[in-house]
Amino acid sequence: MKYVLDNVESQFEMFQILNEDGKIVNKNSMPDLSDEELKELMRRMVYTRILDQRSIALNRQGRLGFYAPTAGQEASQLGSQFALEKEDFILPGYRDVPQLIWQGLPLYQAFLFSKGHFHGNQFPDDLHALSPQIIIGAQYVQAAGVALGIKKRGKKNVAITYTGDGGTSQGDFYEGINFAGAYKAPAIFIVQNNRFAISVPVEKQTNAKTLAQKSVAAGIEGIQVDGMDVLAVYAATQAARERAINGDGPTLIETLTYRFGPHTMSGDDPTRYRTEDMDNEWEKRDPLVRFRKFLESKKLWTEEDENKVIEEAKEDIKQAIKQAEQQPKQKVTDLIGNMFEELPSNLQEQMEIYKEKESK
Amino acid sequence: MAQMTMIQAITDAMRVELKNDENVLVFGEDVGQNGGVFRATEGLQDEFGEDRVFDTPLAESGIGGLAIGLALQGYRPVPEIQFFGFVYEVIDSISGQMARMRYRSGGHHTAPITVRAPFGGGVHTPEMHADSLEGLMAQQPGLKVVIPSTPYEAKGLLISAIRDNDPVIFLEHMKLYRSFRGEVPEGEYTVEIGKADVKKEGNDVTLIAYGAMVHACLKAAEELEKDGISAEVIDLRTVSPIDYDTVLESVKKTSRAVVVQEAQRQAGVAANVVAEIQERAILHLEAPVLRVAAADTVYPFSDAEEVWLPNHQDIIEKVNTVINF
Repeated sequence: MKYVLDNVESQFEMFQILNEDGKIVNKNSMPDLSDEELKELMRRMVYTRILDQRSIALNRQGRLGFYAPTAGQEASQLGSQFALEKEDFILPGYRDVPQLIWQGLPLYQAFLFSKGHFHGNQFPDDLHALSPQIIIGAQYVQAAGVALGIKKRGKKNVAITYTGDGGTSQGDFYEGINFAGAYKAPAIFIVQNNRFAISVPVEKQTNAKTLAQKSVAAGIEGIQVDGMDVLAVYAATQAARERAINGDGPTLIETLTYRFGPHTMSGDDPTRYRTEDMDNEWEKRDPLVRFRKFLESKKLWTEEDENKVIEEAKEDIKQAIKQAEQQPKQKVTDLIGNMFEELPSNLQEQMEIYKEKESK
Repeated sequence: MAQMTMIQAITDAMRVELKNDENVLVFGEDVGQNGGVFRATEGLQDEFGEDRVFDTPLAESGIGGLAIGLALQGYRPVPEIQFFGFVYEVIDSISGQMARMRYRSGGHHTAPITVRAPFGGGVHTPEMHADSLEGLMAQQPGLKVVIPSTPYEAKGLLISAIRDNDPVIFLEHMKLYRSFRGEVPEGEYTVEIGKADVKKEGNDVTLIAYGAMVHACLKAAEELEKDGISAEVIDLRTVSPIDYDTVLESVKKTSRAVVVQEAQRQAGVAANVVAEIQERAILHLEAPVLRVAAADTVYPFSDAEEVWLPNHQDIIEKVNTVINF
């Protein structure tokens, strides 16, 4: 009888390029990014951090609704999105609004999604994505289908989807990666392991030492990445994308990350399950701090640059929330009208009833 | 015109649509080279290739997700769930996802998916094969639920379902697959979804049924005729949305009605029909609207099907009750 667990786990050592001090520790894997691209990555991370802070404030003021904080996950979310092309298809989870925004979702529509207005989900035609998925795991089986569709169409694109550490326990998580594997479909499956599913630590999800090794069950490539290192996340996603469009099938990427805030703004209190020490420990690994150090050492980033982004973000957010608040209120007839191409008899009847009501 | 069984008519409908529209994809467990466990997809992979008709891993939820994803790439998926008792594995993909796609995206995305699945009793299947679960589907906004009872309708309704740009659940009664042949036109034709059909005209009582119970009603009507009772038999054909115009027109003529389903009394769609009749035609009724349905137990062990499944005798009894009310 041969025991293999140690052997398996040794295949999934964490991939890192930039350490906590902003030093390159893995030169060979350094992605080919221009100075402008490096600066753009930093700009997006700073902007997204401000967006998170403002979204929390707006939620507290009652000007936004459902909101899942993103601070701490900028490298994981934006490093992966930065590796995509415009025609790639994103299937986000509920925390993955930033990827949609940088892929082309107008900010005011992201706010309308939060407030619960259908127009928030009426995506622009050139944004290839679904709105954030609330059913954990569903985006994974759907991603397998989108990827198979892309493959059948002969397009050089990928489907990319995101879930969290808790989501890896769902049946749809396994089915999604297994289907994509069986069809050799061009899919990238990202697991953002922020160590907690609401209050449940990842150790209570599974006895597996890494989440990346779950790829083995599907017979597909898997990699564990430092999710606080934007260069490593970018490089891993880009490599997975290359493999996918070359017909070599899907990849599972686990990003080791942390959410500095609560699970959502709907009453979760992380002090009930997380220690201050743990928060402090992870704040040292802040993806913005280390990438800022790296760029400063290359003379690519200044305090002035950063302040400019912060002001720009605040102004955009102010305009976007105003625009969201000016959106006409939803009517029942709007909701009925969005159900089918041709309304069935029951809805035709109800449409007339609500039209009458709304005309009064 | 050809004489076909219902299963042949179903295969023919898929063949017509695979030929008509290159976006139509047929997939599921064993639907490829094997031609399906009931031969519903026989010959389709040979004719259209593995790119159009293909097998999947054994996972219903994954099949549902696959259909949704393919629809997002402009395909027109026709997935099969091997037996509808297995729908519990894929309820989220059907009710939680594809039914809501158009609405949740404000019309930006659609799900032109036809989920085919066999169901229905009388053929001694093992557990969870024969359960009538159309009631679950009928409760989900965003879905249409179609249940044909003849080869002609099966083909025309399936072509309509595949062409529909919103999700349709197409339930095929196993007992009707090969129990008789009927005239089926060659090539394409459609039967409108959401329209009932008067299978037999009558003046004394309206029998409203779907699936295998349509045939039980026709048999009952024949017997009742001998006692001088003229029953009108309506085949709903679509159980969501229900064609209440046809139902009400008949009830206003006969003043009496019985709704007949194979599902348990607490399941199915009979209660919906009764509610609608009492809201819209109560002043036309000479008697309460009664239901023929199965007992509220789990679907029977196969050896108990005969005593459990509703049949034409149960229908005759209920008709006599409303006639003599």
